[in-house]
Amino acid sequence: MLLINCPHCGPREESEFSCGGEAHIARPLAENTLTDAAFADYLFLRDNPKGLFLERWRHAAGCRRWFNMARDTVTHEIIEIYPMGSLPKTKAGKVAHAASWRRETAAEAAAKPAKAKAPRAKKENG
Amino acid sequence: MGFFSKTPAPQIVRLATGGRVNRTKPLTFTFDGKTCQGFAGDTLASALLANNIHLVGRSFKYHRPRGIMAAGAEEPNALVRVGRGNLAEPNLRASQVELYDGLYAESQNRFPSLKADVGAVNSLMSRFFPAGFYYKTFMWPASMWMTYEHVIRRAAGLGRVADDHDDPDRYEKTNAHCDILIAGGGAAGLMAALAAARSGARVILADEQNEFGGWMLAEGDVTIEGGSPADWVAGIIAELAAMPDVTLLPRTTVFGYMDHNYLTLTERVTDHLAVRPSHLPRQRMWKVRARQVVLAQGAHERPLVFSGNDLPGVMLSGAVRTFINRYGVVPGNRCVVFTNNDDGYRTALSLQQGGAEAVIVDLRHEVRSALIKMAKEAGICIMTGHAVTIASGTQRIARVEISPVNEDATRVLDDPVHMDCDLLAMSGGLSPAVHLHSQARGKLAWDEELLCFKPKSVHEACFNAGACNGVFGLAKAMADGLKAGAAAVRACGLDAGDHLPPVVTAPPQNWRPMPAWKIPNGQPEGEGPKAFVDFQNDVTASDVKLAVREGYQSVEHVKRYTTLGMATDQGKTSNINGLAILADALGDEIPNVGTTTFRMPYTPANFGAIAGRDIGNLFDPTRLTRMDDWHRAHGATFEHVGQWMRAWYYPQTGESMQEAVNREVLAARTTAGLLDASTLGKIDIQGPDAAEFLNRIYTNGWLKLGIGKCRYGLMLKDDGMVMDDGVTTRLGENHFHMTTTTGGAAGVLDWLEEWQQTEWPDLKVYLTSVTEEWSVATLSGPNASKILKAAGIDISLDPADFPFMSMQDAHIAGLPVRIFRISFTGELSFEINIRARHGLALWQLLMNAGRDHGITPYGTEAMHVLRAEKGFIIVGQETDGSVTPHDLGMDWIVSKTKPDFIGKRALARASMSDDNRKQLVGLVTRDRKRVIPEGAHAVLEPNQPMPMEMLGQVTSSYYSPNVGGSIAMAMLKGGRSLKGGTVYLPMLDGDMIEADVVDPIFFDPNGDRING
Repeated sequence: MLLINCPHCGPREESEFSCGGEAHIARPLAENTLTDAAFADYLFLRDNPKGLFLERWRHAAGCRRWFNMARDTVTHEIIEIYPMGSLPKTKAGKVAHAASWRRETAAEAAAKPAKAKAPRAKKENG
Repeated sequence: MGFFSKTPAPQIVRLATGGRVNRTKPLTFTFDGKTCQGFAGDTLASALLANNIHLVGRSFKYHRPRGIMAAGAEEPNALVRVGRGNLAEPNLRASQVELYDGLYAESQNRFPSLKADVGAVNSLMSRFFPAGFYYKTFMWPASMWMTYEHVIRRAAGLGRVADDHDDPDRYEKTNAHCDILIAGGGAAGLMAALAAARSGARVILADEQNEFGGWMLAEGDVTIEGGSPADWVAGIIAELAAMPDVTLLPRTTVFGYMDHNYLTLTERVTDHLAVRPSHLPRQRMWKVRARQVVLAQGAHERPLVFSGNDLPGVMLSGAVRTFINRYGVVPGNRCVVFTNNDDGYRTALSLQQGGAEAVIVDLRHEVRSALIKMAKEAGICIMTGHAVTIASGTQRIARVEISPVNEDATRVLDDPVHMDCDLLAMSGGLSPAVHLHSQARGKLAWDEELLCFKPKSVHEACFNAGACNGVFGLAKAMADGLKAGAAAVRACGLDAGDHLPPVVTAPPQNWRPMPAWKIPNGQPEGEGPKAFVDFQNDVTASDVKLAVREGYQSVEHVKRYTTLGMATDQGKTSNINGLAILADALGDEIPNVGTTTFRMPYTPANFGAIAGRDIGNLFDPTRLTRMDDWHRAHGATFEHVGQWMRAWYYPQTGESMQEAVNREVLAARTTAGLLDASTLGKIDIQGPDAAEFLNRIYTNGWLKLGIGKCRYGLMLKDDGMVMDDGVTTRLGENHFHMTTTTGGAAGVLDWLEEWQQTEWPDLKVYLTSVTEEWSVATLSGPNASKILKAAGIDISLDPADFPFMSMQDAHIAGLPVRIFRISFTGELSFEINIRARHGLALWQLLMNAGRDHGITPYGTEAMHVLRAEKGFIIVGQETDGSVTPHDLGMDWIVSKTKPDFIGKRALARASMSDDNRKQLVGLVTRDRKRVIPEGAHAVLEPNQPMPMEMLGQVTSSYYSPNVGGSIAMAMLKGGRSLKGGTVYLPMLDGDMIEADVVDPIFFDPNGDRING
């Protein structure tokens, strides 16, 4: 059982937490059009890597706050815990974030306001 | 003497002096009806042996007679059932059951008695019970497996659990944190504990036995600091016990080692007591989070795999020595010691000192050890280069055949000599107890010299020490323990100091065994008496070889096919022998074959201790409303809704459920009904962005809702499927009161918090569950206003002043209430919220006020009927996570103009507008009295061949007294296009119900009654 260092309450047993699955899945904005297939990347597809995984966790039986966690799914080592809405700060965490297939998806591009959208995503959506 | 005799027989095998038993404290116990005597300090195993009882059980598959083989946790054979009635516990190892006065034990897996067991015929039939027998024989037909399994489980089995499943014992759980946890209190563990404790670290030292000391207590030929090991141990324990930060846990097994140094321990608090104080739990489970762990679990001796090696009276060499030196019991008179290493010599010397005759049969041709000289000087007969090829006897070993063997003990060289004996001590070398190390995902390495797997690297913050680290011998183990303890101290950032191990004298033992895995018996492979590898699961060397011949290669597959190492002892004595025989059959090296995975628990852990006090209502609390006492006093029957107990219906004398529900349903529409709706989920939502937040959560618009107005809302998941519904009311500009379904309350709060924190942290919204702050009584029906007036309401209830879908604060008989004019029945209805503590008072006030107006309390069943008459859905009944608002015919609630809400994009998916999706419809049966069973499937064409094409299922179905017939709601493919048509509902008994498809609204379709 993991020992998780809640950023608000300190180290607590895993049984006090609930895991919210993959982190950094940006929700496409409604103002951006997106094909059904591209939307499915956001809605349905979830990673299940062997190795470092960036996840969302919540101290459900404690402060009820959400946070992000970089955890190795093989060794169960917790590399870092960082606030919701921020990106990992460790090198390994940054690499895992950058390497995700999700970074290339139209769904992620559609999570940004229309003006900032990458040209490539526009093409995919067309 | 005899069965049920009350006078215990004398302990005929007990030495007059020596050992750790207290001869001034005799204890009486019963084994299979026979009254026996032992001493305080005995285990059941040592006490049985003291009474010359060797036959203690029947084996798992062949029902072979089995005896005591080991003196500790590794015992595979001597499994007993201890205790009577529902206090009985099966499958306890006799070697680990501490004796107490009045202990009651039975042998297992025998019928009708241990000595005359009919199942032993399995042994004669064993040619027909090879490896994988069950898989081969009972594969077909699959439908018969249930029948086979029942018989197999009974014939091949371990002990019986208590007949009454209600365990009267009390168990506890406790959590603990420490700097250093030490598992095992033998030589290495004690030294590690000493190093840790002296540094000031917080230490927990756990040992599974009643006394600390481990093997040291079993050796008569060693001294520590010039004295006996027991005296030295006593001194160390006294020092540790005096330290405030040291927790000593004897009788405590560390049985699980999980991630991040989380370990689970079972402490047997009162199992060893004849009279168990009621204030103490029977067992206590410790959940320990340790900064560092020292594993010092010792090692298990391996049996030798020869024909007849499972007879009672065949024991492990170290176990024999333990019984002699620790318990003062010499378990035989004419003893053969069969060994492939030096250990047998120490046992032979102990036997001789205990007054028995001993002959050593050593597989090794050339023995270079000082111990052989000691044995020779003691006059013990030694046969090197020989093997016990066959042991025989009926219910105890009686004779052995001894033959000369070749250098690597693979071939018999000459005819055997026969020797009578009543005990055989065998030693096949030591296997480090790497169980916890492996559970914690530590790696193992094969030691070519010691012929064992030992820890190579650790995964968690832990250190191995002593025999479980492959460091054998007292002095070396102590030094290793000290080293590991100091390393753990330093890893905690403390000063380890400088401690020296004690001065030790011990016989010069060579710990390297000779590799000899399957002892030849002079006959072709598979012939002659069985040679067991796994005693508890009845797996022989031939079974392993057969598996290989049949194509099994992976150790994990062979394990499952033969069941090698799968019993409750988890292969403690069998693993290495099995692996070696497997490697030999595969023509490969042992380390290449690898090991199977060690899993928790190390020894079986009691479910009672794992559950602790989390049983019954403490496991899953029951939530009661403030009106609960009234419901009970008025004869309500209850149903569980989540954790809540809700009044289901209120039967009057002689009424059936249907009659009671009919009466309640009619009253709510003709006079008045009163429902306890306190369980509805209630969430207080505040903040400047509260309206915007709701606007994104719900499918409809919320920005323009007036203060004091209520609105029904539907929540979707982002996949567009209905998740929950309820009425939310604007209490102020920045303040809303949300209601959810009873069962969905916690999930909806989770949902709201998740979106607020993770997706829209910029929205200033504050969420608080207020479900239990309010009691709610819902008053429905034409007389509702009259009753409220009679109860003393202080506001106008005229629809002009208090319109539908609005809220007002008021007082009833002086009590402040918040009234919502909303309706789940279609009648004029007031949902009266009051501070929770006044709930019962409000209920009683309304019941009194309504007495002359036909007020009738109604339960959840009537509530269901009333809402179904109006076609109102229940989330979770009509919906199942695959239903959209469109499917429910509720497009009216989905905003076309809002820029976004949860689920909006998904509703635009092409598949969502498929006309063939399941849609909500109403069904009325042709036979108006016939109520369709909920869950029934509908078909269009009743005479089609099977399997029929299903349209969908009935989600709600009731008899409606207001409609005067059966009504049902159903989710049918393309349902709305079927309206006006007929569907058929095939029943299991071949009957077919015919029903017309209609709008899902059966009563007051125009909503005329909402204002009373």
